[in-house]
Amino acid sequence: MPLLQVKNLEVSFALRNGSVKALQDINFSVERGDRIGIVGESGAGKSVLGFSILNLISRPGSITNGEVLFEGRNLANLPAEELRNIRGNRISMIFQDPMMTLNPVLTIGTQMIECLKAHRQITDENARKIAIQKLQQVYIPSPETRLDQYPHELSGGMRQRIVIAISLLMDPEIIIADEPTTALDVTIQAEIMELILELCERNDVALIMITHDLGVISQITKQLFVMYAGRIIEQGPTKEIINDAQHPYTQGLINALPQMTVRGERLQQIRGSMPSLNDSLTGCAFNPRCDHAEDICTETLPSYTASGGCKVACHLVEKMKNQEVLS
Amino acid sequence: MLAFLIKRLIQAVVVMFVISIISFSIQDNLGDPLRELVGQSVSEAERELLRDKLGLNDSFLVQYVRFAGKALQGDLGNSYFFKKPALEVILAKLPATLDLVFGATLIIVFLSIPLGVFSALKPQSIFSKLIMGLSTVGISIPVFLTAICLIYIFAIELSWAPAFGRGDTGSFLGLWDTSFLTIDGLSHLILPCITLASIMLPLFIRLIRSEMLEVLQSEYVRFAWAKGLSPSRIHYIHALKNTMLPVITVGGVQIGTMVAYTILTETVFQWPGMGFLFLEAVNRVDTPLIVAYMIVVGGIFILVNTIVDLIYGLVNPTVKLIRSK
Amino acid sequence: MSKHSTPNINGKGNNHVYTLQERFFRSHFWHSLKVDLVAQICFLVFILYVFMAIFAPLIAPFDPYDPVSIDIMNSELPPSWSEGGESDFWLGTDNQGRDLWSTILYGTRVSLMIGIGAVLLQAFIGICVGLIAGYKGGRLDSLLMRIADVQLSFSTLMVAIIVLAVFQASFGTELYQELAMVMLILVIGIAEWPQYARTVRASVLAEKEKEYVDAARVIGLSNTRIMFRHILPNTLSPILVISTVQVANAIISEAALSFLGLGMPISEPSLGSLISSGFEYIFSGAWWITMIPGAVLVILVLVMNLLGDWLRDVLNPKLYKD
Repeated sequence: MPLLQVKNLEVSFALRNGSVKALQDINFSVERGDRIGIVGESGAGKSVLGFSILNLISRPGSITNGEVLFEGRNLANLPAEELRNIRGNRISMIFQDPMMTLNPVLTIGTQMIECLKAHRQITDENARKIAIQKLQQVYIPSPETRLDQYPHELSGGMRQRIVIAISLLMDPEIIIADEPTTALDVTIQAEIMELILELCERNDVALIMITHDLGVISQITKQLFVMYAGRIIEQGPTKEIINDAQHPYTQGLINALPQMTVRGERLQQIRGSMPSLNDSLTGCAFNPRCDHAEDICTETLPSYTASGGCKVACHLVEKMKNQEVLS
Repeated sequence: MLAFLIKRLIQAVVVMFVISIISFSIQDNLGDPLRELVGQSVSEAERELLRDKLGLNDSFLVQYVRFAGKALQGDLGNSYFFKKPALEVILAKLPATLDLVFGATLIIVFLSIPLGVFSALKPQSIFSKLIMGLSTVGISIPVFLTAICLIYIFAIELSWAPAFGRGDTGSFLGLWDTSFLTIDGLSHLILPCITLASIMLPLFIRLIRSEMLEVLQSEYVRFAWAKGLSPSRIHYIHALKNTMLPVITVGGVQIGTMVAYTILTETVFQWPGMGFLFLEAVNRVDTPLIVAYMIVVGGIFILVNTIVDLIYGLVNPTVKLIRSK
Repeated sequence: MSKHSTPNINGKGNNHVYTLQERFFRSHFWHSLKVDLVAQICFLVFILYVFMAIFAPLIAPFDPYDPVSIDIMNSELPPSWSEGGESDFWLGTDNQGRDLWSTILYGTRVSLMIGIGAVLLQAFIGICVGLIAGYKGGRLDSLLMRIADVQLSFSTLMVAIIVLAVFQASFGTELYQELAMVMLILVIGIAEWPQYARTVRASVLAEKEKEYVDAARVIGLSNTRIMFRHILPNTLSPILVISTVQVANAIISEAALSFLGLGMPISEPSLGSLISSGFEYIFSGAWWITMIPGAVLVILVLVMNLLGDWLRDVLNPKLYKD
C-alpha cells in the first residue's frame, strides 16, 4: 500500500451561480521517501491540490468526490480531531509566502512550541529544546535568541527557514511544499531548495513539490505531474518528460525555459492564457491554445495514452509521434 | 519610550493650542464681560476706563497670551451662573460622566467581543444573522430615541428602573464619588449606560466581525490549521489577537465620540454630569463654563488617545514604543 | 479563443451595441435587485419617503406652519384608532394641537432636505480634496490627509454641538432659528467631508496606476479634465455607497442636534425636533407625539443603512479602511 494515494479527487467551489470544478480526476500516489513534482501555470489548480491533500480547502470550496488515502485512511472525510493529528504531525506543509505564513503577533518560539504541544505531551522546556534543534538543522544562527523574536524582525529567507523548521518539528512522513521559493529573492531561492532537498533526503521524508518552475522541479523530483485547468495532463518520470514531452502543453512549457533554447533565439511562449474555471469548454481544455488542435480535440475529453513510462492525456499523441518519425 | 512621550506631548500641545484659540475667540465674542461685572447704570466713559483697566482694549495677541497664561494655571475665570471657578464646577461633575462612560465601555467590551467573534466564526448560523440584523437596526436608532424608549418601557410602564437622576453615590477610597458602589446608584446607572453603549455596540460588533473574518482568511491562520492546532487555539490565540489590533485603534477614537454622546444621554436622563452642565451653560451663555468644558474634554481626548496608543504598542510587537534602547 | 468566450454582461464580446436602457436591465445591479427582496422593499420605502417629502403640502390635511389652522383645544389627541382619538387626526395631535400626520410629512421633508443637502456639501468638498490629494500626491497630499485625520478624530456631533452652541449664543435664539436649516447643512456638511476625501483619494490612487490615465496624459489632456472626466467616474461606486450611509448619518445627526435644541425650531420642525417636543409628554402617557415621529425616523434611517449595505455588497468597492 502506498503511503499516500489520491484517487479520482474532485474539488469544487460553490459560487453564486452554480459551482465550478477546480480539480477533476486527480490520481497519483506517493511512496515513503518519494519526491514528486506538480507543475502548471498559475490557476491550473496545483495549490488547491496541495491544500486538498490535508483537507484545508476553505469555503466555498470543498472536496466533492474521490479519496485522499493516507495509510489507508481517507483524509477527505476523516473526523476533525483525527485530521488534526495528521496535519503538521504526519504530513506538514510549507507555504508560498513566508511573509504571510507566520503570525505577526506571536513569537517564533510560541509558534514552534504550540505545534509540538498540539501533537504530544511535552513540557515547555523540552519543546524549546526540540525547536532549537530544528532551527539548527535549517542553519539558523543563534536559534535561542530567534525563539524570542517576532517574524517582522527577520528576513524573508530566514522566515522561510523557520517555516521549514516548523514543518520538520514532528518528523513527518510527507512534506508538501507549495511554491516555497517564489516569494523570495533569486539569490536565496537556490539555497532554500537545496535545504529542502537535503532535509528530505536525510530524514527520508516524501516531498510533494508544487511549482510553476520546471527548471527547479527537474533537478529535485523523480516523478512529475503536469497540470492544466484542474486536470493532470501528463505524468511520468521527470527525466523522461523533460527530455521528451508528449503533450503539446508540456512541450510549450519546456520550450519556454531559457536553457532549452539556443542562444540568440527568441524564447518561445504558449499563446493565449488558461481558460477561467467559469468557461464551459468541451473536449480538451488546451485546445484553444494548441497548434495541433483538430476537431476531435474540441469534441471529446482525451483519455490517458501510455507513452514510454509516461501517461499523456492528448488525442494526438500517436499521430504526432508518427509525424516525428517520418520527418 | 521617550520619543513616544515627546511626540505625544507635542500633539497634546497642538490640540490644546487649537482648543484654547477657539475658546478664547468664543470668550472674546460671546457676551460682554462688563455686563457681568457692572450694571446698566454705568456711564460710557466709566465703561471705557474699566475696559482699559481690564485690558479689554489690548490687542488680540496680548489678550490671548494673558488668557493662556491664566489657563495654564488652571484659571479659566468664574462661571457667570455659579459664581465659582469654572474649572472647579466642571471637574465636580466629571465623576458622574466618567461613571457613565465606564459603565457603557464595560457593556460594549463584554458584549461586542463575544458577539462579534461568534458571528465571524459561524457566519451562517441563525444567531449570527440575528446579531447582524439587530446591529443594523441598532445603528439606525438615534441615541435619544433609545433613551426615550428605555424610559417609556422600563421606567414608566414597568417601573423597573428610575427614569432620571444619579441616585446615591458611594465614595471610592475617599477620592471619587461613584454610583457603582450603591444599589440605588447602580439602578440609576443601568438605563443611561445601556443607552450610551447602544450607539457603539453595533459598530464594534460589525468591526470585530469583519476584521475577524478577514483574519480567518489569512495565510497564517491557514498555516496554523496546517500545523494541526486545535480550533480554539487558532480562533482565540492566532485570530483574535490580530483582530483586536485595529479594534483598539478605532476604539480609542470612539471613546472620544462617546464623550459627545454623553451630552445627549445626560440630557435625556437628567444625569448630573459635564454634558448636562455644558448644555445648560450654552443656554445661559455661561462662556467660562463652555470654555472650561471644551478644555476638559480636549484633555480627556488626549489622555485616552495616549493610553490607547500605549496599549496598542503593548499588544502589537511590530510597533516599538521603546526606540531609545 | 473568441469562439469559446461567453458573451459578457457589457456586451463587449459581440457586435451588438446595447442602449443605455438595455444595459441597465442587463446589469449586475439590476439582477441583484431582482433577486433581493429586502433591497426591493428598501427601495420602495425610500421612494415612498421621497414622495411624501416632495408632495407634503399636497398630501398633508393641515398646514402645520400656519398658526390659523391650529387649535390648542385639539392638543394631545391620541391617534384615531385608540380611545379618545378623533377621525380628523388619524395619528393624533401634538402638544400644540397640530395634526401629527401633517407635521410628520413636513418634518420628513425638512429632515431629508437637511440630510441630502449636508451630504451634497460633504461630497463636494470631499471629492475635490480627495481628487487633488490623490492626484497630486506629495506634500499637499499628506497635509490634506493629516487635516482630514485630525478632523475625523473629533466626533462630528461634538464639533457640531459646540459650533452651533456658540452660534446660537452669539446670534441670539431668534435669528438662529431663522438660519437653523442653513446652519445645520453647513455644520454637518463641513464636519464630515474627510469621509469622502479619504475614500475618493484611495480610489484615485488605485486608478492613477492604471494605463488609461497614462494614455490620457500622453494625448495631452489637462489635469482637470483627467481628474474629472477620467478618474472621477471610476470612483463613483464607493461614493455612491458611502453617500447612502452618510445621508442616514446626517439625518441622525440633525435629529440629535434638534433634540438638544440646537437644530430646527418647533415652529418648523424636523423629525428630531418633533421627537424632542413630545419627550416630556410621555410621562403623562401621550406616547404618540414622540414614538410615531421616532418610528418614521428610524425606518427612514434603517432603510438607508440597509440600502448602503446592499450597495456595498453589489458594487463591492474598495472602501477606505482605518
